[in-house]
Amino acid sequence: MGAKVKLISGRTVAQGQNLDNKLSEEYFKAVALCELSAEDMEKIGASPGDNVKVRTEYGEVVVKAKQSTGYPEGVIFIPMGPWANAVTSGNTKGAGMPQYKGIDAEIEKTDEPVLNIKELMKRYM
Amino acid sequence: MVEITDVVCPLCGCVCDDIVVEVEDNRVTKVRGACAVGKSKLMGHGRIKSPAIRVNGALKECSYDEAIKKAAEILAGARRPLLYGWSSTVCEATKLGVCLAEEIGAVIDNTASVCHGPSVLAIQDVGLPSCTLGEVKNRASLIIYWGANPTAAHGNHMKRYSYIAKGYFLPGGKKDKKLVVVDVRETKTAKMADKFIQVEPGKDYLVLSALRAVLYGHEDVVPDNVGGVSKEDILEVANMMKEAPFGIIFFGMGVTQSRGRHNNIINAIQVTRAAHTHTKFNIMPMRGHYNVTGFNQVCTWETGFPFAVDLSRGFAWYNPGETSSTDLLIRRECDAALIIASDPGAHFPGESIKHLSKIPVIQIDPFANPTTEFADVVIPTAVSGVEAEGSVYRMDGIPLRLRKLVDTDYLSDEEVIQAILEEVRAIKSKEGE
Repeated sequence: MGAKVKLISGRTVAQGQNLDNKLSEEYFKAVALCELSAEDMEKIGASPGDNVKVRTEYGEVVVKAKQSTGYPEGVIFIPMGPWANAVTSGNTKGAGMPQYKGIDAEIEKTDEPVLNIKELMKRYM
Repeated sequence: MVEITDVVCPLCGCVCDDIVVEVEDNRVTKVRGACAVGKSKLMGHGRIKSPAIRVNGALKECSYDEAIKKAAEILAGARRPLLYGWSSTVCEATKLGVCLAEEIGAVIDNTASVCHGPSVLAIQDVGLPSCTLGEVKNRASLIIYWGANPTAAHGNHMKRYSYIAKGYFLPGGKKDKKLVVVDVRETKTAKMADKFIQVEPGKDYLVLSALRAVLYGHEDVVPDNVGGVSKEDILEVANMMKEAPFGIIFFGMGVTQSRGRHNNIINAIQVTRAAHTHTKFNIMPMRGHYNVTGFNQVCTWETGFPFAVDLSRGFAWYNPGETSSTDLLIRRECDAALIIASDPGAHFPGESIKHLSKIPVIQIDPFANPTTEFADVVIPTAVSGVEAEGSVYRMDGIPLRLRKLVDTDYLSDEEVIQAILEEVRAIKSKEGE
């Protein structure tokens, strides 16, 4: 079962530590994930470590679910990077800035695998 | 082993200049005083080994000369080239970048485009009542982080410049200061706050408007709940602002990248102005890369505009939304791109990467990243602030000089741009004959 949420993206310490190390396993572990509240985890029937599919008007991406405190129900977070951007719109509304935060999204538990960087980038080529 | 003191950190806009580094056998072996992210940068990561050119789908190693020649050919032959990045390199390289853009009639843009670009637009609209981080440290008894999470993005910001720093007039550090955090989620920064305001995503503009009304004495028009925040909380924050002899709002991507974009920042600056009817208040963007501010400085004094500058007409044309990188790529306008000291492959929306990955791309960077996956010419360079020196601007506009800590065989960004520029000029003068 899916849930309607608002997606935000942003920096984390582990993401920052691997800024110059993006083709590594460490970066993959730090960034190919989605933080969400216990309530939203329960809503989609996911347990920590399960894969979740995040779908927006602009695309879909699979990431690892990470239960986290501090999130209100209905707000999920993906660290800034290729996974978050797979579902971000390029429409800047004439301001030059894409809307990286507050994107309408749907999430559901999935058995599909999380793509690595090379696989993700191939989707664009 | 050599100990180097007063090292300047080449990571975020804090540009901490009190780092201690130990160097042994021409390698950084220990870092003291940096945050976790800065330390990781200074300690270093695996590098791009050699310049390379893509042949039949695979990158093939080549010499610097061959890569620079190929890069110059691509740029000189392009009709709508984009020169993007520039935020993790020094001002000297940017200055040459503007010359290159002028030479080939390119659009030159930096990462502010997807970061604090909206803040720049807002500042051009209504100005920026601001100060230096030194003033914040010594005078600010009220610190507000709005849509910013320094514990993750600017590790030493609170310790060196704001809430935790012991200042001349505030010797007790955080005992003498108050911290307010406004965010959509309860971050680590929010957990430290004296007052945490949890706003609903995309509702910052409303909360700012309510705060502004209260500061101007119109609390009667504020409803009981604004964007998920109670009127009581808004009144409390307004009172904290009025009572502080000197305060500051630091704002981050939480407001620039959300619904409203530059309008949120205009409103936040107006809130700061409203606070001036009671006390001294300031506002400052939490700039991300260590020299994102420096690019805007250099680009402004060279072209008159801070970012997204189109030089194709023979004079500088500035119209973010039209001349900004994401928009140019979505409209599939560019036919070549030079990407330096940044990684749009990781940080641009998928929609714009689609076009970028299909045009000839020259990448100049010390490290392989998602952009390398589709780059056609890859030119590795020295790490500025570790292997090369140069000028950078801190988030408050204070210029600092990055230091060289170890030797390297890699060319610096400045040397590579200079070489491409000379090669482009040679091609152009041949065409002229």
